[in-house]
Amino acid sequence: MINNLAYIVACVLFIMGIKKLGKPDTARRGNFLSALGMLIAVVASFFENEVVQSWNTDNWMQNGYVWALLAVAIGSIIGLLWSKKVKMTGMPELVAIYNGFGGLASFLVAFTQFLRYPSGTETFVAISITLTIFTGAITFTGSMLAWGKLSEKITGRAIVFKGQKAINLLLVLVAIAMIVIFAIPGLDDAVRLVSVLVLSGISLIFGLTLVLPIGGGDMPVVISLLNSLSGIAVAMAGFIIANTVLIVAGALVGASGLMLTLIMCKAMNRSIKNLLFSGFGSTNTASSKGEGVEPKSVSAEDAYLILEAAQSVVFIPGYGMAVAQAQHVVKELAEKLEASGVEVSFVIHPVAGRMPGHMNVLLAEADIPYEQLKTMDEMNPSMPLQDVAIVIGANDVVNPAAETDETSPIYGMPIIKAHEARTVFVLKRGKGKGFSGIENELFGMQNTLMIYGDAKATISSLANEFTND
Amino acid sequence: MEIMILLLFIFVIAAFLGRELISKVPSQLHTPLMSATNAIGGITVVGAVVAVAMFATGTLGMVLSFVAIILATINVVGGYSVTQRMLGMFRKKEDKNG
Repeated sequence: MINNLAYIVACVLFIMGIKKLGKPDTARRGNFLSALGMLIAVVASFFENEVVQSWNTDNWMQNGYVWALLAVAIGSIIGLLWSKKVKMTGMPELVAIYNGFGGLASFLVAFTQFLRYPSGTETFVAISITLTIFTGAITFTGSMLAWGKLSEKITGRAIVFKGQKAINLLLVLVAIAMIVIFAIPGLDDAVRLVSVLVLSGISLIFGLTLVLPIGGGDMPVVISLLNSLSGIAVAMAGFIIANTVLIVAGALVGASGLMLTLIMCKAMNRSIKNLLFSGFGSTNTASSKGEGVEPKSVSAEDAYLILEAAQSVVFIPGYGMAVAQAQHVVKELAEKLEASGVEVSFVIHPVAGRMPGHMNVLLAEADIPYEQLKTMDEMNPSMPLQDVAIVIGANDVVNPAAETDETSPIYGMPIIKAHEARTVFVLKRGKGKGFSGIENELFGMQNTLMIYGDAKATISSLANEFTND
Repeated sequence: MEIMILLLFIFVIAAFLGRELISKVPSQLHTPLMSATNAIGGITVVGAVVAVAMFATGTLGMVLSFVAIILATINVVGGYSVTQRMLGMFRKKEDKNG
């Protein structure tokens, strides 16, 4: 009774927390309220009747409280240390791996409940168990693969093989068959066991095959989709044990994650279906009409001379800035430009980086006031008035092919119109194509100057030129 | 049967609420929002605690739940603390400017 009331309080705090997280002024409070709700919910769960009855034994070895509190302590310490240690550029990986853990936890909970009913149970609970296994397992392996791609433990490129769609379809069909079989009342225990094991295996594989064909540039969408899926897994687990706080929290996470996914998709002008099944970034064959123009390149010293004469400068950061850890030197350069009377702004594409809002976090870390951070829609109209646009490790989000070339895989995606600025500097590690493997027309344009090399080194040498004056 | 309908009802209402809650979030808050909802997803720790009680007799069930609690707690604690860290950077600036 009391614990159910506590669950209501927790749900209200989650809702208020998410609401407040949506506004810059109240975001910290929102996070606090949501964490408070979590604390209340976890404490309340220790007072569930089943928990109290089954755990109050004199032999401490058999006392569940000892073990559960130990597990909570271990998890808390690992979680705290990990999140203190991580660099802000490593945020996408961290969110991916946490998400994977959450998915695996739901998967394990479903498994314990399967063990609880070796001879079957009512259809509703049975379906909830298998759906939790399905969604939890996909979340787990999908997130781990995303983590691997983001931390570059494996290639970030889309991996596509022949018959991939057919294999995915087959996996889903077999999974559905196993879910149905498991729900049939009166089946042999052995059959039930086999169906759960097959389902687990297939779901774990499906998580991998689902994320494999998704390239680096699409990661923001995938991360938020997996986040949504982990919420659904939690809600399904809530159905198994008829726990309202799991259902509400899971549904909130599932729906908000899905909304965020749709926002990301819209920013790329693509549908979820297209994103998941097209193998974006693998289509190297779709050549652009680059006409083999050799991009002009300049040294940092020459670039400085142009920069010195500029009245207005706009920075366009992308994932390359995160890789080069260049956000702090960017801030330094921006400050020096401002000190010499230049109007400085930053424009951030909704899907720049590897997670939604990734660039905002990095620039905030470098202490850049967020009044200077402009969205694409705010900045594009005044782009022709900008003297210099400095593209730092961004590629697809400034590719004019998205507007002009119908054969381009990114055709239709709204872009930052960097090419409309009077002069464009593109900071790039090497001459290769970007992460997505698409030729960028911007690089060959008349007003574009490439500055090859490490972005951090380039920016700091630009900043040093200013100091020397 | 009635309880199931009730649970489904709660699920659907909460899902619509979740959708409404984040339909107008500025893009600069997308990362903190995602890592905070990610932390909420760790609520499965409650499920693991209750689940272990509902299956307290078997060693395998206990071990699985023990691992589940650890993983979910990492998700929760790590998720909230990293969100707080991020939001702290956003705020630092406000203080300086204002």
